[in-house]
Amino acid sequence: MADVTGDAFNGDGETGLSREQLHEIYYYLQLTRQAEEALVNLYRQSKVIGGLYRSLGQEATAVGSAYALHRRTDGTGDFMAPAIRNLGSMFVMGAPVVDVFRQYMAKGNSPTGGRELNVHFTDFGKGYLGPISHLGVMIEVLAGVALSFKLRGEPRVALGYSGDGAASTGAFHEAFNFAAVQRAPLVVIIENNQYAYSTPVSKQTAAESFVARAPAYGVPGESCDGNDVLAVYAMTKRAVERARAGGGASLLEVRTYRRKGHAEHDNQAYVPPEELAYWEAQDPIDRFERQLLARGWATADELAAIRARAAEEVEWARTEAEASPLPEPESALDDVYGWPPIRPLWTRLPNPDPHLW
Amino acid sequence: MATVSDQISAKREKPEHVRLTELGKPVTFLEAIREALWEEMERDPNVFLMGEDIGVYGGAFKVTEGFLDYFGEERVIDTPISEAGFTGAAAGAAHMGMRPVVEMQFMDFVSCAYEPLTNYIATSRYRRSGPVPMVVRGPVGGGVRGGPFHSQNPEMAFFHTPGLKIVYPATASDAKGLLKAAIRDDDPVLFFEHKKLYRAPGLREVLPNEDYVVPLGKARIHRQGKDLTIVTYGYMVHESAKAAEQLAEEDGLDVEILDLRTLLPLDDDAIVASVKKTGRVLVVHEDTRTGGIAGEIAMRINEKAFEWLDAPILRVTAIDTPIPYSPPLEDYFLPQVADIVTACRYLARY
Repeated sequence: MADVTGDAFNGDGETGLSREQLHEIYYYLQLTRQAEEALVNLYRQSKVIGGLYRSLGQEATAVGSAYALHRRTDGTGDFMAPAIRNLGSMFVMGAPVVDVFRQYMAKGNSPTGGRELNVHFTDFGKGYLGPISHLGVMIEVLAGVALSFKLRGEPRVALGYSGDGAASTGAFHEAFNFAAVQRAPLVVIIENNQYAYSTPVSKQTAAESFVARAPAYGVPGESCDGNDVLAVYAMTKRAVERARAGGGASLLEVRTYRRKGHAEHDNQAYVPPEELAYWEAQDPIDRFERQLLARGWATADELAAIRARAAEEVEWARTEAEASPLPEPESALDDVYGWPPIRPLWTRLPNPDPHLW
Repeated sequence: MATVSDQISAKREKPEHVRLTELGKPVTFLEAIREALWEEMERDPNVFLMGEDIGVYGGAFKVTEGFLDYFGEERVIDTPISEAGFTGAAAGAAHMGMRPVVEMQFMDFVSCAYEPLTNYIATSRYRRSGPVPMVVRGPVGGGVRGGPFHSQNPEMAFFHTPGLKIVYPATASDAKGLLKAAIRDDDPVLFFEHKKLYRAPGLREVLPNEDYVVPLGKARIHRQGKDLTIVTYGYMVHESAKAAEQLAEEDGLDVEILDLRTLLPLDDDAIVASVKKTGRVLVVHEDTRTGGIAGEIAMRINEKAFEWLDAPILRVTAIDTPIPYSPPLEDYFLPQVADIVTACRYLARY
């Protein structure tokens, strides 16, 4: 059943990643954390208009899993849809930091033109699909994406994320079961971060794990420590390549922890302080840093340079986003249908007459 | 995929039951729908079908009979019982350039897919997440003693959702042309097929033996008249026509019937034009009264053509209850020809 992968460093060559790739992973981890820290400042200045959702402590899960995908810019690579705490996955897939900032700040030149927020945006060329808040639906949509890869014989894989909460939805089950039956190249990662808003995982499921469902769906399942970026990478890579080779769907689980509230407004009063302290010591970026240094895969100077590069990128994005304009109000009418156009309220016509509407 | 399809086509002969129009024979409403699906699948290798029991069994109403043998199981997919799952999946396939057509075995079950349809599919283009060219089609309507869960008209549950289109044809010719247009449309379309029309002998038509479409969003004058307008759609077009004949004979009334064909977007211009012609309007729908489309139509006429009205806009609809099973109950539930006649007489006298 569940094959719980231990420390990826048990075997040196297990991940097969080069020094440059390991540095790149470190860059994406840093970029994610620093971008979120900058967003917190913008939130406190009321420049982030809506809610702010942190992935503190979960960056390894996001970055490690997306790094296992074929990443292209021309719409021929693998395809994924993030959940709200997969900012790192978005960056790995090539989402510009400035786009994320513009999304949060509701700017007119954000990828959604101000219609949507946070990581809810799409780039078919780079292979990421903006999620909706009903996260179970995204597994349905990705099942269809994977099905189309199968129907067309394209060697591509779809990767979906579900929290421990969304794994309880009917949509999740219907979609994953369908993908399993169709042997569609879909990999779903259940990111068990212990809380769905304030609800602990013990109230989400009576089972001991989520990956225990894999044999019930008739698919391979695997779980790992979500704070070990290379373990997440290696596990996802196995499932992705199995799917690419025609092995059908896989169900993965990562065990991690949400170290902030559901969103920035949530003070997590329902979380025992000792729990937070424990998981702070498991910080995935600190762990990876120690591993990189201990294995001689990076020098302290190299890591400092990578951190500085991430900081520079974040600062540039922040400046650009702040200077970006809000959308034109009338643009709210656009893009509901290919045809017909949506009309403004008659009271806003130059000659306000309902007959003309 | 085109090659797969070509290979299949080369091996298999197109069965006679999808060649009726080619042979110059009349088709029923159901056969028109079947021909539309078949022709679109032949025309475009990206069109494929998903639904419950549509493959080996050919669908609960046999709409897709013979499709599996000809097109193969990759394009005629029998799904698990999971309307939400495969409707959402259709969106994903549509994102990737496919043109999925999803069958609800009964449209009553589309409620299960309300979440992907209203939240994901309807909003995708607006969220700049790409258009979702897909069709959700299936049988609707009462009068067949189907009981509460095989008789519904759920169109208004989706009418309030910007981003969706809703088509509800009344004739074989329209069913074929509108379904082909719906499959080619770049927006998601809900396509309602009244099951009492499926095999109605009176609806048999010889269709043009050509690749025609009927554009979405355009209503049709089903019967020309000058005294009064009935705005309606679906099965009620034909019930209204019966009422109109009776009124012509017994009252000398000349009733115009406007068949909406597409409910969303609604053809305001056609409605207003008919109102300006007759000055009296009755809206008839098989759906229940409260929140039915009559309310919206009345409001639009009020905004745009109030001065042309000689009487209040009235409606004949189903009663505001779930759909009962027993014949006396269901007949009492549904709007009847006699109701339409009574309403027209009231309007004409007003």
